[in-house]
Order: sequence, then C-alpha cells, then structure tokens
Amino acid sequence: MSMFEDANRKQISNRRKKDLYLHLLFIAATSIGIIALMALLINIVLDGIGRLNLDLFTNYPSRVAERAGMKSAIVGSIYMVLIMAPISFVLGVGAAIYLEEYAKKNAITRFIQLNISTLAGVPSIVYGILGLTIFVRGLSLDRSLLSGALTMTLLVLPVIIVSAQEAIRAVPRARRDASFALGATKWQTVYGSVLPSSISGILTGVILALSRAIGETAPLVMIGALTFVAFLPSSIMDQFTVMPIQIFNWISRPQVSFHDLAASGIIVMMVMLVLMNISAVILRNKYSKQI
Amino acid sequence: MNKLGKRLMTLTVIALVLTLLSACGGNSKDNGEAALSGTINIDGSSTVFPMTEAIAEEFSAAHKDVRVSVGTSGTGSGFKRFARGETELSNASRPIKEEEAKAAKDNGIDYQELTVAYDGLAIVVNKDNDWVDKLTLDELKKIYEPDSKVKTWADVREGWPATELRIYSPGSEHGTFDYFTEAINGESKAMRNDKQITFSADTNAIVQGVSGDSTAIGYFGYSFFEENQDKLKLIPVDNGTATVTPSPETVKDGSYTPLSRPLLVYVDKAKLSTPEVKAFVEFYLENAGAIAPEVGYVPLPDEKYTEQLEQLK
Repeated sequence: MSMFEDANRKQISNRRKKDLYLHLLFIAATSIGIIALMALLINIVLDGIGRLNLDLFTNYPSRVAERAGMKSAIVGSIYMVLIMAPISFVLGVGAAIYLEEYAKKNAITRFIQLNISTLAGVPSIVYGILGLTIFVRGLSLDRSLLSGALTMTLLVLPVIIVSAQEAIRAVPRARRDASFALGATKWQTVYGSVLPSSISGILTGVILALSRAIGETAPLVMIGALTFVAFLPSSIMDQFTVMPIQIFNWISRPQVSFHDLAASGIIVMMVMLVLMNISAVILRNKYSKQI
Repeated sequence: MNKLGKRLMTLTVIALVLTLLSACGGNSKDNGEAALSGTINIDGSSTVFPMTEAIAEEFSAAHKDVRVSVGTSGTGSGFKRFARGETELSNASRPIKEEEAKAAKDNGIDYQELTVAYDGLAIVVNKDNDWVDKLTLDELKKIYEPDSKVKTWADVREGWPATELRIYSPGSEHGTFDYFTEAINGESKAMRNDKQITFSADTNAIVQGVSGDSTAIGYFGYSFFEENQDKLKLIPVDNGTATVTPSPETVKDGSYTPLSRPLLVYVDKAKLSTPEVKAFVEFYLENAGAIAPEVGYVPLPDEKYTEQLEQLK
C-alpha cells in the first residue's frame, strides 16, 4: 500500500515539475517578445522625446534638423488613409459578401479563394510595381495622392477580404434561416442580418489593415512618393509624401540630430497606430453589444 | 438593425465628404508682386538630395506659389524619369551614361549639366586599426576588384596582420557605388561579390559596421566621416603622385583625385524657358556655394558658379 502511494506521489511531483518548467518556458516566450519591444520603445522615446514639439507638426522638411518638421508627411498620410478607407471598405467587404453568400462553392470559387489568401502574403514592393504600371503609367494618374491610395488599397484588400469573410462565416446559420423564413431576399438577409452581426469583426479587420498601410514604405517609394514636399496636397492629383518615407530619409542622413528627429517621427507614427488600434477595439465593443 | 446600416452609410459618406473637402481646400494664395507659380519636379541621387533639398527649402520660402518637390529614387532611376520628361531637374552623383543620354535624346529631351558642389569619398577603417597608414589605388583595387583574392590584411600589403578583412560598400543603387567602381576598378558596377563583402543601402549601417569591427574597411561620402570622426579612422590615399587625406581643402583644390567627385544637376533645356524653372536654377547656382558646407559638401570656387550662370543665358 505504502509502496503504491510512494510511486503515486513521485509521479505527481514529476508532473508538477514538468508543469512548472513549461510554465516558465511560456513566460520566457512571452517576455522575449515584450522585452524586445520595450527596449525598442524606450530607446526611441529617449532619442525622440527631446524633439517632440509643435514644430514637428507645423514645419515642413528642412536641411536644419532643429527647424525640420513633418507637416507635409503627416497630412499626406492622413489624406491617403481617408481616400483609401471608403474604397477598400466597399471593395473588400463587397468581395467578402460575394464569396461567402452569393458564390457557389465550386472549383472556381476555391481558386479565387486560394488566390486571395496568397495575395495577402505577397511582399508589399510587388504591389508598388503593380501600382506603378497600372495607376501611375497605365491610367496616367502620375505620382499623385490618388495613385498612392489606390496602390495601398490593392495592398490591404486581400487582408480585408479574408478578415471580413471570417467575420461573415462566424454568423450562425440560424440567423440567416430566420431571415429567409420571413421571406427576405438574399440581399435583405445580408443587409439586415448577416452584416450587423459581423460588422464588429469586419471593422476590426479594416482598421488593422489601414494601420498596416500607414506604416508601409516600399510600395510608395516604388510609385515615386517624394521626400521633400514643402506644400500640402490641394487635390487628389497632387504629389505627396508620407511619414515612413520622411522618417527613412532622416535616418539615412549622416547627422545625429536627424536621427533623433526620426525617432520623434516614429513616436508620432506609433501614437497614431495605437489610436487606430484602440478605435478598432472600441468600435468592436460598441457594435457587438448592439446585436 | 437597420440603424446600423444607416450608420455605416453615414460613416462612408462622411469619409467621402472629407476626402472631397481635402481635395478642394488648402489653396491659400499669397498675392505679392508678379509672383512665380507652377511646379518643379526633381528626382534622382540621394547623395545630391540634401543639397537640392536645402535650395528648394530656401526657394520655397521666397516663392510660396512654386511647388518644388524632391525625390530620392537614386541617380539611375532619376535619369529614367528625366528621360521620360517627368522631371524638370535630375540629381546625379555621376555623369549621365551614354544609354541614358540616348534615351533622353530619343524622347526629344535636351539637357544641360550643372556642377553644384564636390564630395570626397572617404576610405575608413576601425579606430583600433593601427597598421594601415595609407592605401594606394592598386591596393584599393586589390581589395575591391571583382574576384578579388584578398582574404586578410596580409594579402593587401606584406607585414600587415593576417586577420580576416571584412569589407563594406554602399549598395549598387547608389551613385556612390557607381563612382567608386569606376574610379578604382576602372569599370562602373564592377566589384567583388562574396561572403567577405557587405553591401548596404543605408550608409549609416556602414558607419556602424566599420566602427564596431576592428578588421573592417569601408567607404562613403566624406560628410558621413565628418559626422562620425570619433568612431572611425580616415585613410589617406596614395594616387601615385601624392598621398592625400581627404578634407574640404584637398577636395576643393582637386588634389584628392580620383576619389573626389562632382555633384551634378541635370536640367531639361526645354523646361528652362519657363520662368519658375529658370528662377530656380539661377537661385541654385547663386546659393550653392553658401549651402554646400551647411549640408556637408564642398563648394566650387565662386567663378565656376558664375561661369555656369553665364552659360545658361
């Protein structure tokens, strides 16, 4: 009897040990990511905090670091997202609705689906080349705000479609059936039942995709967004610059004072991204309560 | 549930309206004397960029209605756009190549080359490197030439330590790379490419690399050395007639050959007839001398600027 108990105890203590080790391993896995991020953030804040003043928002780029600001870049980024948001929302959610609700589940649909998933992983520079060929040269939109926004729309579309599809798929079958039972058409069902139930997930996906677009540089460099722009775009056909391009230019200069300026620029950009992500969370909570 | 749909619509409409508003707004006009207006598009070398940016900054302050934009897509890409007539001016850290000139000519674009400043290429090693006193052009070529046999410092010159040599160079998108390969290896874009050499698009990464590695060697524009003097050791270059250390003086008087280079701006001659481009180019040549040292470059002697101004007329 006691022999049996001893063996049992030993086994239990072994399992507990194993549990403890794995627990520590998982904590380590989590903290490595967090520590790296914190180190980066602290480093950037320390470098950039000194230059984080109003001039950064109100001044145009300059050869003198003390005088330089990123007004044109901040405004360029905001305009670009404002143009992108409605276009990518309509196209992305429209495609998701088609694929989930209307399209027959056959080989062609599966093929389209496979393509979209693949496109979501294509390097962003490829979209830049595409944008250069189609919008800048093909449609002669030149290096305008519109070209930039359309190129970025292409970049985020697959992400939006996939996340919107997932949100739509999560809507229980019963809701659709209830709607059909009342005699609703397909569109009435989608509009009155499916979309309201899935909108929180869709909006989260859209906002996260848009915040990805804010941080992208490569496609815009490819289509020729500029570095020194000392004016604000006055129409969607005007030239523009965006924050990551301005930051990259400052980092690649020899003077340390420009590197600090770049750090302040990064702080501004990160604050903007955090705000967007918070608004995604708020929107999601707000709408999910209404259902 | 329909409320939600309406809200969504409202959101979309607001976003659209904002877009349109932004499209119409922001057109404040400064009604001074017969003010210049129009746009000037400039692209090209990122080396010449700080120079042109500074000029554009000053010019924009004086002429608020002229919209000057400057890109940094690189000397080669800049020439491509220039040859398509997309830009009025093109920055270049090397002279235009035959095929690029031909492409421009085929599109009916006639250009004028302007020299706006000089830049020296600094050869640097780590601070702890106490054996290199100077390098000859042959030794540099031995290090950087295609299929180079140099593995250690001892391979460069007898008596130097047999520690592995780690080599840094700006990437091939840089005009600096083109210029160096032409000057040292005798052929543009010809350089060794093996595991001993690291190409970097970001010059600051080369500064980091060389300052953190006791057996490294690298090269880049003199302004990057000037900003990092405490971290790097500058190597004098023996060009056969003299051993010269790069400095604003030796670059300016031309003794630091062949590693000092002119910074160039190409102007589309047809566009030069518009008052804003003409004013910009004149402004450039009149102020380049004062601006160059501010952004880390070496100005030409004054008479060279006046000469070029005369040629434009």
